[in-house]
Amino acid sequence: MAPFVARGLLLLALLFPAAARAQADDPYAAFATHDYEAMRAAIETLSTSGDARAPAILAALQAGQLRVGADGTLYLRAADGSLREAVSGAAAAGVDAAALKEVRMNNAVRRALDGALGGLRLFAADPSTRAAAAEAVFKGRDRAALPALDRALARETDAWVKSVMAQARAALILAGGGASEADTLAAIAVLRARGDLEASSLLASVAGQPAAVMRAAHDALTAIQRQRQLWDIGESVFYGLSLGSVLLLAAAGLAITFGVMGVINMAHGEMVMLGAYTTFVVQEAMRAHAPGLIGASLFVAVPAAFLVAGAVGIVIERGLIRFLYGRPLETLLATWGLSLILQQVVRSIFGPSNREVSTPAWMSGAFPLGGLTITANRLTIIVFAALVFAVLMLALRRTPLGLRMRAVTQNRFMAAAMGIRTPWIDALTFGLGSGVAGIAGVALSQIDNVSPNLGQSYIIDSFMVVVFGGVGNLWGTALGALTLGIVNKFLEPVAGAVLGKIAVLVLLIVFIQRRPRGMFPLKGRAVEA
Amino acid sequence: MRAITAGDGVTLVAVAGGAVLLAVLNLATAPDAALHVPSFVLPLAGKYLCYAMLALAVDLVWGFAGILSLGHAAFFALGGYAMGMYLMREIGTRGVYGNATLPDFMVFLNWTRLPWYWHGFDMFWFACVMVALVPGVLALVFGYLAFRSRVSGVYLSIITQALTYALLLAFFRNDMGFGGNNGMTDFKDILGLPLHADATRAGLLILTASFLCAQLLLARALVRSRFGKVLIAVRDAESRVRFLGYRPESYKLVVWVISAVMAAIGGALYVPQVGIINPSEFSPANSIEAVIWVAVGGRGTLVGAILGAVLVNLGKTYFTGALPELWLYALGGLFVVVTLLLPNGVLGLLRRRGAGNGAVPTPLPVGEQPT
Repeated sequence: MAPFVARGLLLLALLFPAAARAQADDPYAAFATHDYEAMRAAIETLSTSGDARAPAILAALQAGQLRVGADGTLYLRAADGSLREAVSGAAAAGVDAAALKEVRMNNAVRRALDGALGGLRLFAADPSTRAAAAEAVFKGRDRAALPALDRALARETDAWVKSVMAQARAALILAGGGASEADTLAAIAVLRARGDLEASSLLASVAGQPAAVMRAAHDALTAIQRQRQLWDIGESVFYGLSLGSVLLLAAAGLAITFGVMGVINMAHGEMVMLGAYTTFVVQEAMRAHAPGLIGASLFVAVPAAFLVAGAVGIVIERGLIRFLYGRPLETLLATWGLSLILQQVVRSIFGPSNREVSTPAWMSGAFPLGGLTITANRLTIIVFAALVFAVLMLALRRTPLGLRMRAVTQNRFMAAAMGIRTPWIDALTFGLGSGVAGIAGVALSQIDNVSPNLGQSYIIDSFMVVVFGGVGNLWGTALGALTLGIVNKFLEPVAGAVLGKIAVLVLLIVFIQRRPRGMFPLKGRAVEA
Repeated sequence: MRAITAGDGVTLVAVAGGAVLLAVLNLATAPDAALHVPSFVLPLAGKYLCYAMLALAVDLVWGFAGILSLGHAAFFALGGYAMGMYLMREIGTRGVYGNATLPDFMVFLNWTRLPWYWHGFDMFWFACVMVALVPGVLALVFGYLAFRSRVSGVYLSIITQALTYALLLAFFRNDMGFGGNNGMTDFKDILGLPLHADATRAGLLILTASFLCAQLLLARALVRSRFGKVLIAVRDAESRVRFLGYRPESYKLVVWVISAVMAAIGGALYVPQVGIINPSEFSPANSIEAVIWVAVGGRGTLVGAILGAVLVNLGKTYFTGALPELWLYALGGLFVVVTLLLPNGVLGLLRRRGAGNGAVPTPLPVGEQPT
């Protein structure tokens, strides 16, 4: 009980600066003397006094701008050479600057001054300055700051700043040792709530304390580590989701052409590439003709990419693929050849090197969420992928075109007998799939290099996603993409990026052995080929 | 029934005779003689014949068992790596760092000991066994898993592509101990014979031609046998074969492993003649190119695969030298034209001209199976 009382008394003393000031009537007078011990005591008094003049005077002392006259009056010398009386604040007219002497310090005074200035910032008017000061105390672990911190804590009204101060105080108590068991336990609880690396290193350093304290520190340490693991998992899930969204974007178009129509389009990656180059062209055009709207260029690029890639897709379907229906392996080879031609066309027009696509300001930057750092471009891609997927679902489920598409996929002859012009539907379906690939290209242009080889790096992954999710099933594609993305990101820290990818490929090969038709196979007579 | 067809005979004579002729014209004529064949032609021709072996292997599984492999270059490259490991060990102290046991790239990476899987590759016979064994076992495991669970058609094509893609990524890693990105090169000699000598090159070319002829005869014997008949039946109607009491997966597995080993031998002969092996040999594009050689020559004919491989690679050598911009257009166009207009390849075209009555049975394209 006794330490509590003592601390309470100390707090009381600190709470009433008048009582402290009574010890030395005018602490500023000490600066006129050459008594370093008195100056040090005065600095400590000032640092906890709450005197509004103290910060400016102490800062001037540190900067070597505090002058003392022969009569012991203190002056502040501003950068332009003008003088002011330090204590009263009145302008010092008619004082000979040359006759003034600089207030000198020794190392002990200088140290006290540094601590005091840090402490003074704890009383600043701006809450974020106060929090930063408390954070500095937390990091510095200078036990001398404790009285000031206690006083600041008592005055503090802002809940957030208060919590930072409490953490700083806990750090001082733990680092300094010698506090009562109850105090130490309370400090451990505060640090446990903070739960970051600094807190855990502080907790790990606790030694030579009573058993109960040691146990509490150990518990807190494990709790923090568990929490950090949770955040790490959360981070992997977020990165996995963003990778999965990229895969979903790349694979959604393929899910239509391959999944719904049964056409193996090896040139699908090139549709993505065309979308990325469309973004580049749109940005160049807007930079030339409407530089003010460059931030909105992606909103123009998305429909443009859809139209360009969709139109190319329709041409491919009419010109090539319709002759190869029912011959999937030949389709595969012919579209592979087409992909080579498209790459070379783009290389001839735009050159073999990467093209610069700028990222709008609203897509860069990051913000913290708990223990996570959410980058804006990853978040945008996740949202964008979800949006594209939703629109695609709606188009297939709710529009007349979607209805006809599904009818033709399920039973071509019956659909034709009902008056649906199946060749047109084939062309439009292929155009839709290709257009979605073009939209994926807009998104990929933001995170990947825009080069003629852009599509090739995604084609195998896209096929994996579609096959994994189950052909002909858009929900399966979405789930497959997200699963693959998350699994990839969880394997990466364990196995490294490349080995992780290899592991995913091997897992997929094994998975296809178990479920040759994917996670969600189509049921019914149509399945047996 | 004759043991070999007329086409086979022509091919055997052309391959073996051509190789010997090139070798003689290179070695026995003076450098300024009109008929002299420059030295660079020998490994180039050898390279084509190695590609022809890969094409033959692809045709065996695609043309006769209906398995479109988009990852056959993986077996080719694995065979090449096994041979490359022997050639690396053969360099010995003549490397840049002069280390007797460790290849240069390992010294460069500060490795102190030879990894366990490199032991034995200083012996030629061991390397030869590994050339066949490693790809064979990989094909066995992969094929067993794939065929047992009846993965077929496009799905199989895609997972074969995933296989070679995974190997590509794996061999790019320095930690794998296969030279990473740069692969293996700077070979000095094979069995004590200097690789840059014309006589060694001529010998390798003739050896390659002999292996190709042997593979053609083996493949022909295989598809002519009872086994081959069942295989063709599996290609055209797998379910019916199964209903008749056969096990299609066993037939597929056997031909798959044989084909993989054939491709691997091609790769093993490729490396000493080309002088380098690196991970890009695993790239999926290479495997797909091999498929187009077969399609150009004529699928399911064996001879056509050899013809296609040589023709397309001749074209590639010409185009990439003379008109590099146009090569991808030409290759891409070839894919499109052959699949659209020449379903039976060049050989089909020749036969239609020659026979007139169209009596030659041509394989049904997969997917046009009677339903």
